[in-house]
Amino acid sequence: MPEPEPRPALEVLREQISRLEGRAGRRRAVLPFGLAEIDGRLPGGGLALGALHEVAGGGGDALHAAAAGQFAAGIAARTRGRVLWIVTRRDVFAPALMQAGLSGRRVIYVEARSDVDVLACFEEGLRHGGLGAVVAEVARLSMTASRRLQLAAERSGALGIAIRRWRRPAGAADFGQPTASVTRWRVSVLPSVMLPVPGVGRPRWRLELIRARAGDEAVFDVEACDGQGRLACGRLVENRLALPAVLADGPGAEEAGRRRARA
Amino acid sequence: MLSVDPAARRVGLRPGTPVAKAQALHPGLTVMDADPQGDREGLEKLALWFQQRIAPIVAPDPPDGIVLDTTGADHLHGGEQAMLAAMVQRLRDTGIAARAAVADTLGAAHALARHGRARMLVVPPGGAVAAMAELPVAALRLPDDIVDGLQALGVSRISPLAGMPRAPLALRFGPEVARRLDQAFGRVGEAIVPLRPVEPVEVGRNFAEPIGAAETIARMIGTLVPPLCRMLEERGQGGRCFDLLLHRVDSRAEAVRVATGRPVRDAGRVNRLLCEKIETIDPGFGIERMVLTASWTEPMGMRQAVSLLGEAEEPDISDLVDILANRVGTQALYRLAPVESDMPERACCRVPALAPDETKEWPDRWPRPMRLLPRPEPVQAMAELPDQPPVFFIWRGVRRKVRCADGPERVFGEWWKEDAEWTTARDYFRVEDISGARFWIYRAGDGEHGETGSQGWFLHGIFG
Repeated sequence: MPEPEPRPALEVLREQISRLEGRAGRRRAVLPFGLAEIDGRLPGGGLALGALHEVAGGGGDALHAAAAGQFAAGIAARTRGRVLWIVTRRDVFAPALMQAGLSGRRVIYVEARSDVDVLACFEEGLRHGGLGAVVAEVARLSMTASRRLQLAAERSGALGIAIRRWRRPAGAADFGQPTASVTRWRVSVLPSVMLPVPGVGRPRWRLELIRARAGDEAVFDVEACDGQGRLACGRLVENRLALPAVLADGPGAEEAGRRRARA
Repeated sequence: MLSVDPAARRVGLRPGTPVAKAQALHPGLTVMDADPQGDREGLEKLALWFQQRIAPIVAPDPPDGIVLDTTGADHLHGGEQAMLAAMVQRLRDTGIAARAAVADTLGAAHALARHGRARMLVVPPGGAVAAMAELPVAALRLPDDIVDGLQALGVSRISPLAGMPRAPLALRFGPEVARRLDQAFGRVGEAIVPLRPVEPVEVGRNFAEPIGAAETIARMIGTLVPPLCRMLEERGQGGRCFDLLLHRVDSRAEAVRVATGRPVRDAGRVNRLLCEKIETIDPGFGIERMVLTASWTEPMGMRQAVSLLGEAEEPDISDLVDILANRVGTQALYRLAPVESDMPERACCRVPALAPDETKEWPDRWPRPMRLLPRPEPVQAMAELPDQPPVFFIWRGVRRKVRCADGPERVFGEWWKEDAEWTTARDYFRVEDISGARFWIYRAGDGEHGETGSQGWFLHGIFG
């Protein structure tokens, strides 16, 4: 009879710590990207639910956070339920969210006057627990504020995404400051793959996982969110992979099916 | 003319005079249109006022009267005579000329108030027959044709009419005459249909010691909300708007109002909404009385919450919407719904956050930028005419060389919305510069015809 394999010391330690932290018995749910490459690097095999995540644009995109916004929309699209999107500037173009798989029916926008209001609404949204995801565009995020948000998310199990977006390029230096968020991403645009005909190919991004609690940092070059329902999951070509916004078992599956049928 | 004021009466005008004639006689005459609906509403309001102050059973008596059943209420006002005097005086203070009468029956009081000799008259019990003897028959609330018929018979006062045999009268005029007589003399009962006041749903509390601390106010709100919610539940209603009035010791009042998107009577939610507003209250030297009112209520039925069978219901987020709306304002909380328009600026319209889902979606033909600039920003660009994308463009001082582009997507002006767009067109391109940044830029005009636009280039959006 073979001996049961001894559990690695690290596992035991982790369990102890989580018991000490009072999270015993609460298994962390995750939202997988559906790409083994990324999910394998994230603790738990996906983006942790009930946690705060930070996303910022890289380079020139730090001011507009267009790629970061699209990335957040793709994540929010794969959750279930309504999505709260808190902004201070009204330049989100809803048809683009729909093209990332996030239907206009699901998104409730809050136009806050100041960063303080953004954070207050963010916390309310996370604490409520009836939402799929809460996305907030915020410039300054202090340790204290992010800790509050993280605790609110932990208690309700909601997914919180803070899109860091600054008014001036100099503000982007703030992204290095420590916060309580579980992961921190930087999304930069990459040139698309040249097509044999004139035109712009599928957008590509460089995803930098700058920080992951209990995980390593990593860099991925991916093809941008795809709301067309082409589930090119795991289409690995050298270093490229597709990042589908709509998974077969996600809430957008029926829409995806409809689009597929139309195509 | 329906009615004239005392000044007009002095110069000889009477109700019934044609307006043209009156104006010819007195050129400076002020004429106002009759507003029967407004009069009726005003009368109802006045009746409510009487109900709150004089007697519990009150009804408006259109077009120009109010009936009160003062039985058992007159002693509160120092007797019937004093009560009438006070009522007429209060009305005169507000600019209403009134006559009043107290009698055994509604019919008698009605007749005496309108046709009696005195402005105020109290008829002792059993004295109605004598008091009404000399009044004209019109005082009996009879239709005009019966009054005219009685006049033709030479009967103009009530006492001869009361003495006439009933049968020929009934044969000639129907039962109405006898019925009105009996009602006036108290031989037949007549009920007053009382005005039912819309009682405010209200809970109040006085404090022996003025309170001021935020925690104390919160605790007191916590004691006011549950009874209010119970009252709402008894009525089968939910509140859309809650007013909290805080009376301060220096006799000023602080007010807090919270509104909800849907009717609410859950104590926890109302409490939460009110407590969020405590920081806006200035207690001054202390608060001695708090009144919580549900000032806008709507019917709210019971609803089955969750069933064990079947699919889980979508979580209710109306409470979150209320909290956020009370923080940032209802205007700042919205969803975006599709509008059938090719102009990107008009593609979205705001709908309330809890509005029913729309069935449409935006068309998914072309990629749309994540960020749409509030105003298109002019860029310098060089492009081949008529329909080539630019080779490079300069935006916000940065020169960007275009690596590849998609387009053009031509959008025509919507002349049915704006006259200025009668001939305009835009050619949209999605361009990617050599660093990989992708933009949505357009040329105002079709590149060929001057009337379609300035042919200048604009940057309108940024793709992710």
